Amino acid sequence: MSTVMNAANAETELGRVAPPRNWKTPIVLSVLALIVFVAFGIFGDARDVAFSWSSDGDAIMLPDVVVNARVLGWVSGVIMIIVALWSFWLANSRRSTPVWGSMLSGFLFLASLIGLVGAGGRAPVVFLLTGAIALSSPVIFGAIAGIIGERVGVVNVAIEGQLLAGAFTSAFVASLTNNLWAGLVAAMIAGALVSMVLAVFAIRYVVDQVIVGVVLNGLVIGLTNFLYSTVLTKDSQNFNFPGTFDFLPIPFLSDIPVLGPVLFDQRITTYAMFLLIPTAWYFLFRTKWGLRIRSAGEHPLAADTVGINVNRMRFWTVTFAGMIAGFGGAALTLGSSNAFVREMSAGQGFIALATVILGRWNPWLAAVAALLFGFSRNFRIWAGQSGSTIPSDLIAMTPYLVTLIAVAFLVGRAVGPAASGKPYLKS
Amino acid sequence: MKLELRSITKRFGSLVANDKISVTVEPGQIHCLLGENGAGKSTLMNVLFGLFQPDEGQILLDDQPVSFAGPGDAMAAGIGMVHQHFMLVPVFTVAENVMLGHEPTRGLGRIDLAEARRQVREVSERFGFEVDPDALVGELPVGIQQRVEIIKALSRKAEILVLDEPTAVLTPQETDELMVIMRQLAASGTSIVFITHKLREVQEVADTITVIRLGKVVGETSPTSSAHELATMMVGRDIGLTVAKNPPTVGKAALSVSGLTMFARSGVRLLDDVSFDVHEGEVLAVAGVQGNGQTELTEALLGLGERVFGSAKLYGKELVGASVRTVLDNGVGYIPEDRTVDGLVAEFSVAENLMLDRSFAGEFVSQHTIKFSKLDEFARSAIAEFDIRTPGPAAPAGKLSGGNQQKVVLARELSRDLKLFVASQPTRGVDVGSVEFIHERIIAVRDSGVPVIIVSTELDEVLELADRIAVMYRGRFIDIVPADTPRSVLGQLMAGVTAA
Repeated sequence: MSTVMNAANAETELGRVAPPRNWKTPIVLSVLALIVFVAFGIFGDARDVAFSWSSDGDAIMLPDVVVNARVLGWVSGVIMIIVALWSFWLANSRRSTPVWGSMLSGFLFLASLIGLVGAGGRAPVVFLLTGAIALSSPVIFGAIAGIIGERVGVVNVAIEGQLLAGAFTSAFVASLTNNLWAGLVAAMIAGALVSMVLAVFAIRYVVDQVIVGVVLNGLVIGLTNFLYSTVLTKDSQNFNFPGTFDFLPIPFLSDIPVLGPVLFDQRITTYAMFLLIPTAWYFLFRTKWGLRIRSAGEHPLAADTVGINVNRMRFWTVTFAGMIAGFGGAALTLGSSNAFVREMSAGQGFIALATVILGRWNPWLAAVAALLFGFSRNFRIWAGQSGSTIPSDLIAMTPYLVTLIAVAFLVGRAVGPAASGKPYLKS
Repeated sequence: MKLELRSITKRFGSLVANDKISVTVEPGQIHCLLGENGAGKSTLMNVLFGLFQPDEGQILLDDQPVSFAGPGDAMAAGIGMVHQHFMLVPVFTVAENVMLGHEPTRGLGRIDLAEARRQVREVSERFGFEVDPDALVGELPVGIQQRVEIIKALSRKAEILVLDEPTAVLTPQETDELMVIMRQLAASGTSIVFITHKLREVQEVADTITVIRLGKVVGETSPTSSAHELATMMVGRDIGLTVAKNPPTVGKAALSVSGLTMFARSGVRLLDDVSFDVHEGEVLAVAGVQGNGQTELTEALLGLGERVFGSAKLYGKELVGASVRTVLDNGVGYIPEDRTVDGLVAEFSVAENLMLDRSFAGEFVSQHTIKFSKLDEFARSAIAEFDIRTPGPAAPAGKLSGGNQQKVVLARELSRDLKLFVASQPTRGVDVGSVEFIHERIIAVRDSGVPVIIVSTELDEVLELADRIAVMYRGRFIDIVPADTPRSVLGQLMAGVTAA
């Protein structure tokens, strides 16, 4: 109702009313451009910042790139203003701004922000990126579990619980058996079990999926807290000291500057995450199972009329997705911190749920969204240590702000699987 | 393949949807199942297709008893079905929809897309369909979507093809083309079960006709029966097929629409520069295939649309940009196209539904409180006047039959002083008896001097009610023609072909 306009507002073009213009993207881009130009450029920090690309002991050392933070903000701002003007021109001729244009602006915003925070010191690029991957890894596992679930028609709000169950079980089982692989398998089973509970209630008993998911999360938090305080803390040496997977640098590839340490010197859990993204995409969009899964999530009755057992398909697909989320839980312990801690998933399952939508139910895009979140958290850690003069709470906010803008204005409206969250009942 | 349904009974609670129905379809025949909406035709076919399990009775294929646990079994046995509401995934391509459930693969479950495309092309070439295997189904016109459904059935080697109300969404030309396809299929040995309530189609294409009423077979007949005989069998009493109406006494122009344009969020034109006048005492019927902007037209007039431009003046008062309430206060009565979504609140009582549009003020409300005794009195008189078959004013509207639900909407809208009456699909899913009643009431509204706009995708209804006919195509009024325009010309206009 809000956009109903009178004939007076409408412009005519060849005697016909022309479609309304959409100014959203250019406005957002110009606001960002002005922030960068004014706050980071004109009033920015005039000291130098050294972008470092290597750490000591790397096979190939790259020299630091030293720039003036204010000049960086100034130049970025000017480029972003040009992009914004171009976007205005496109909108005026009723065309949309290409995604790479928005991405360029977003990249320049982040680069000049890093410059501002790191002014007077160093900006460790490799640290920022490696940390982003490490922190986003459980989110990516959770997001892919969520995508597969929603694609088949079940909203998996219990990702948080599955991550937590996976984290607890992996730590406990790996400590008991002294075998990290056993912990990994146990984590997948735990995730699958949580999923099965969700699936039974959502599919068999047609309880609202969101309610079941929320309740399950509470249940898993309570259960793991109880077991943690009654069992794990009694003898943490034997019950909660699993160890972590070793870093596995891939020969030669890991020596590539920047990319080597970021992509090719990781733990097995991170490599599994790298493999999971294309595999999940291939599975969903190139195999017959993927086609059937998506049909059950889009138009279950149509799937039924070609002989697909929708509810059985949903049950096992959600269970399988739970295994992936459980694996993600193991990445929190065996792939990172070497012990289970109370509520260590800390809301990452919910962030995964958000990235499912941000990523438009596509594994690649969801991974990018999750990386943005991971980068945000890591950026905050670095900004806290770098001794910047900017209030740390403000810095902590900005990456989320960027994400919010990206979601709300640049990504546009996302339409998910049509039957996601709707139980399939035969009359 | 020969199909025999032997005394099939299917109950839903206390309702007997199919009562000992027996039908035999010979190989290569076109067998029509004729019956009103709600007669039990679709239930019977869902039993055949394994979607429902029969409570009693048997299905025989080539004299062998079979039982289907689900549609997969039915398809494996050679039964294909084109459902009334297409069973297609809109975000999938044609090839993906056709192969779903029996995908050609190349190891590791990887879909062999080239093979899937080849299968689509093969079937579509055999019947002269022009269907692009890579087109997204949601972007195809409904006529083509129906062909995709047929390809889907045939690619599974269906020997018995069930078509459930297939012409409901088609233009007259497309209907003719479908008849040709049906004959072609029958000639190649496919048995066809054709479900419909349209008499003309039955007479044109059927080899054998089984008439079903209230879940029972009332008789078998041949296509040589007259339309009147068929209608009487179908409804169970002698009915008039046309409403008696006097020539209109047309007054001055009441509604003037000019340059009405509406955009989708994407900037696509849903209504494109629509201009017309409606006069006092005339029915302007808007014909066209579903999805050509009719819904948007009524929404734009009622103030329900977004991104609406242009002007629609009712006795000089602008409706475009006005709120729904202002539009209603200006005396516009409206029957929405889907009564269950926009016309009624199913859980509310009949009485409450009768006052939905006057909850702000008026005869039933004082001091923000509903005057139930007054409402009850009004409801009782409306129930009597409009012959609404309901246990009482307090019965939930959702429990009523389609025809009676529509009468509730009609009673509500006609109980105000109207300056314009807009009715969209006024008789969709309504039994023949109620159709007659609703049509008479609409003509009565016209005769009282109120301008009437009828939107209908049923050409029969348009021809029955119209004093003038506007044909919509892709958001435009492609032409406005007199009511005596031949069906074939209207059909061409509906397909976007102008006489000039």
